[in-house]
Amino acid sequence: MTAFLKLLFRNRLAAMGAVVLTAILILVLITPVLPLQNPDATATADRFKRPFTEGYLLGTDHLGRDLASRLLHGTRLSLAVGVVAALIAATIGSAIGIVAGYFGGRTDNIIMRGVDMLMAFPYILLALAIVAALGPGLMNALIAVAAVNVPFFARNIRGITVGLAGREFIDAARLAGMGHTRIILTELLPNVLPVIIIAMSTTVGWMILETAGLSFLGLGSQPPQADLGSMLGEARSALISHPHTSIVPGIMIFLIVMSINLLGDGVRDALDPRLRSGALSRPRATTLVERAGDIPAATDDLLAIQNLETQFHVGKRIYRAVGGVSLAVKPGECLGVIGESGSGKSVTALSVMGLVASPPGVITGGAVRFQGEDLIGAPYESLRRKRGDRVAYIFQDPLSTLHPLYRVGEQLAEAIRSHHKLGKAEGRARAVQLLKDVRIPNAESRVDDYPHEMSGGMRQRVGIAMALANEPDVIIADEPTTALDVTVQAQILSLLDDLRRERGLAIIFITHDFGVVAQLCDRVAVMYAGRIVEGGPTRAVLDAPAHPYTRRLIACVPELGGGRRALAAIPGLPPAVDDLPSGCAFAPRCDKARESCRAGDIPLAGTHPRAVRCLYPEEAV
Amino acid sequence: MGGYILKRLISAIPVLLGITIIVFLIMSLIPGDPATAILGSYATPENVAKINRDLGLDKPLVQRYFIWLSNMLTGDFGRSYSLNRPVIDEVLERFNATLILAGTAFVLCSVLGILAGVVSAARQYGFADKAITFVVLIGISVPSFFLGMMMILLFAVNMRWLPVSGMFAIYGGGDLPDLIRHLIMPSLALAAVATGVIARLSRSAMLEVLRQDFIRTARAKGVHERRVIMGHALRAAMVSIIPVLGIQAGFVLSGAVYIEIVFQWPGVGRMLVDAILTRDLLLVQGGVVFVAACYVMFNIAVDVAQGLLDPRIKT
Repeated sequence: MTAFLKLLFRNRLAAMGAVVLTAILILVLITPVLPLQNPDATATADRFKRPFTEGYLLGTDHLGRDLASRLLHGTRLSLAVGVVAALIAATIGSAIGIVAGYFGGRTDNIIMRGVDMLMAFPYILLALAIVAALGPGLMNALIAVAAVNVPFFARNIRGITVGLAGREFIDAARLAGMGHTRIILTELLPNVLPVIIIAMSTTVGWMILETAGLSFLGLGSQPPQADLGSMLGEARSALISHPHTSIVPGIMIFLIVMSINLLGDGVRDALDPRLRSGALSRPRATTLVERAGDIPAATDDLLAIQNLETQFHVGKRIYRAVGGVSLAVKPGECLGVIGESGSGKSVTALSVMGLVASPPGVITGGAVRFQGEDLIGAPYESLRRKRGDRVAYIFQDPLSTLHPLYRVGEQLAEAIRSHHKLGKAEGRARAVQLLKDVRIPNAESRVDDYPHEMSGGMRQRVGIAMALANEPDVIIADEPTTALDVTVQAQILSLLDDLRRERGLAIIFITHDFGVVAQLCDRVAVMYAGRIVEGGPTRAVLDAPAHPYTRRLIACVPELGGGRRALAAIPGLPPAVDDLPSGCAFAPRCDKARESCRAGDIPLAGTHPRAVRCLYPEEAV
Repeated sequence: MGGYILKRLISAIPVLLGITIIVFLIMSLIPGDPATAILGSYATPENVAKINRDLGLDKPLVQRYFIWLSNMLTGDFGRSYSLNRPVIDEVLERFNATLILAGTAFVLCSVLGILAGVVSAARQYGFADKAITFVVLIGISVPSFFLGMMMILLFAVNMRWLPVSGMFAIYGGGDLPDLIRHLIMPSLALAAVATGVIARLSRSAMLEVLRQDFIRTARAKGVHERRVIMGHALRAAMVSIIPVLGIQAGFVLSGAVYIEIVFQWPGVGRMLVDAILTRDLLLVQGGVVFVAACYVMFNIAVDVAQGLLDPRIKT
């Protein structure tokens, strides 16, 4: 609760709302003891006095009545009516919602149908009908406003109750022989009450406004009694000649509604955990670059990631997702990057084209060179021209990575159209050809499918087709087969392998599966806690892993026909990258770790092409 | 698609019946003698006898409902005693004016609201976002009737840019430019709150969508950022924006009552308020049923639009 209040008041706007609302509430509460004139005392000699005249702080209205006094009494009345209406609506609506949600079945069905009917009305029509039947008057306006808001509470509270009614403690109460009334009152109500109160606090401002509105129309409070709405309504006829009589009550309504809105927003934000973590921020078009230190010199590789550092800045915490990674590929080569979830391999891959979500991602060091040109910090347009055209991505989970509302053919054609001029018919033909290239049957009809109409394997092929659309030089495949079953996975791997051989494509293949690496990759790099711990030709690394981590990662892979062998899971978890231990990050989980492992930074060492980041490797390399 | 529209139209029948039942029940709440209450100051003995005969008030409640319903289905909404003309004629004429006002406001709030939300999301925490957020906060906090009055003071009285009130100039008006001049202030005042609500929702819907994987895919393809925002992201965000447009249409229609009073607009809202004050209950009853029915039909149109936009909805 204190954490909630702290959060609420850190929000300056919400705090402002709270202050204004509290001030109004205090003023309204002490109104009877303030030295004010009688709000209904007319003084025709003092008609339409301007504000700040002697004796009248806010001036007088068309009957010479003191506006300050009328304003405070009117506010009092408006607030009281709004709160009472909210209480009535909440009580009746919640009762209906609880009954519908608790009993369910036909009772629920009939009640909710009725509620739906009420909600089919624009709210004011219902209110006007009720006032028409009962006759104008503040009480009747209050009844109308309360009635109009009953469906809102009924529907919300029903939703909560349905969820609760299936829970164990309700079943337990039933088995204990408690009656329905008692279960509802002692078991359900206490759990629903907080929701009712929150719903009420968010609607009370609304109800104050609605009753004021009805009074403004002349259907609410009747003279001489005045709430804010009827003050404004009466002042309307003198709007042009004496605007202050309208402005005074109008601003009061505005202040009340705004402060309740501000406070309500603050409460909602403080309760919404997503906002708390700052996750609801929009990723920029390219990853933010704040590079410090030297920029490595160019090499003759096709794509070279050089000493790359990518971090996530969340509040005051810094997560070092990628801590100085260097990788390179030549044309026609396939490099595997392997590691557990959270080892930084995907972030490394996304950093290449500036696709790390930012905020919170920041590239803080190193370089990514495509044909010698540094992409980190390159202007947006130059990066965009290469995205998908020279360097293309294949992502994991194609259901979420394809746009759900565009046909796959459109999405394929768009990949080309973003870089080359392409007519409509031609785009479709190219899309069909691409689907054929990735061996999708009935490509001519599939091209008009939406992603949700395809199977997982087929969607993944669409993802590959999209990466191939512009015949790129490099494809970065981020776990493209993880979501697929084994046979489909094998097909897709052989498809990628063929393409690489046919087109001289360089592939960076990210996975956590050594089996896949063995099948496809020439070289492999093993990542742990944001750094490369071992690298070398795939066969050599698989046959003689040097880093204890690599060895145990390979030991985790079950072998077909390998007999009953205990699979050695690695105990412990990878370290959190906002709190990396000094020295070897794997030391806490390593059975060979010694004191010196924790002492300081360990370099990546070995004779080319192999390298390992370990003081006591399993094999000398 | 045709089948889907038909299905939605059929599903509207019980809702429309429900609306007539609810209005009928509310009207039967009238305390005292209904005939006198309905006629109000027009209650002469022969009028009372006539309305008792017309409405069959001597008959039981259920029977009375069906008489009223079958009369309405033949287009007979009864007769307004204060205006001495058929209710349906008056309602249709007034509804036309309301439709012009509320329709303009609805288009304004949809376009401005979505645009503001998109800009706000695309420039999150930037100057444009903060400025829009501030204006939106003011917009949703000012009661529309007060906003309308302040606009009259500023733009009609002080600056003399626009006419104070009415739908057409009394002398020499009546053409489209005249209507537009009269429409500017009321439609803006009416659209203000809904614009704010839609802008807020669009902003959060856009932020939600912009974090999705398919946006990253679009960027990875090299799609230009402008198209990522206005195409990929907005298209997906519309799925959650459109239902809110339907709800806001109801609020715009409701707010029209206040705006019609403030700007002396000859619409159905002002007619209803006048009818309540003169106790012309048949006019109220007919007007409420008619407008509510129109709103139900509008919401079906919204559903159909949603079906067109989102192929995942089975149509």
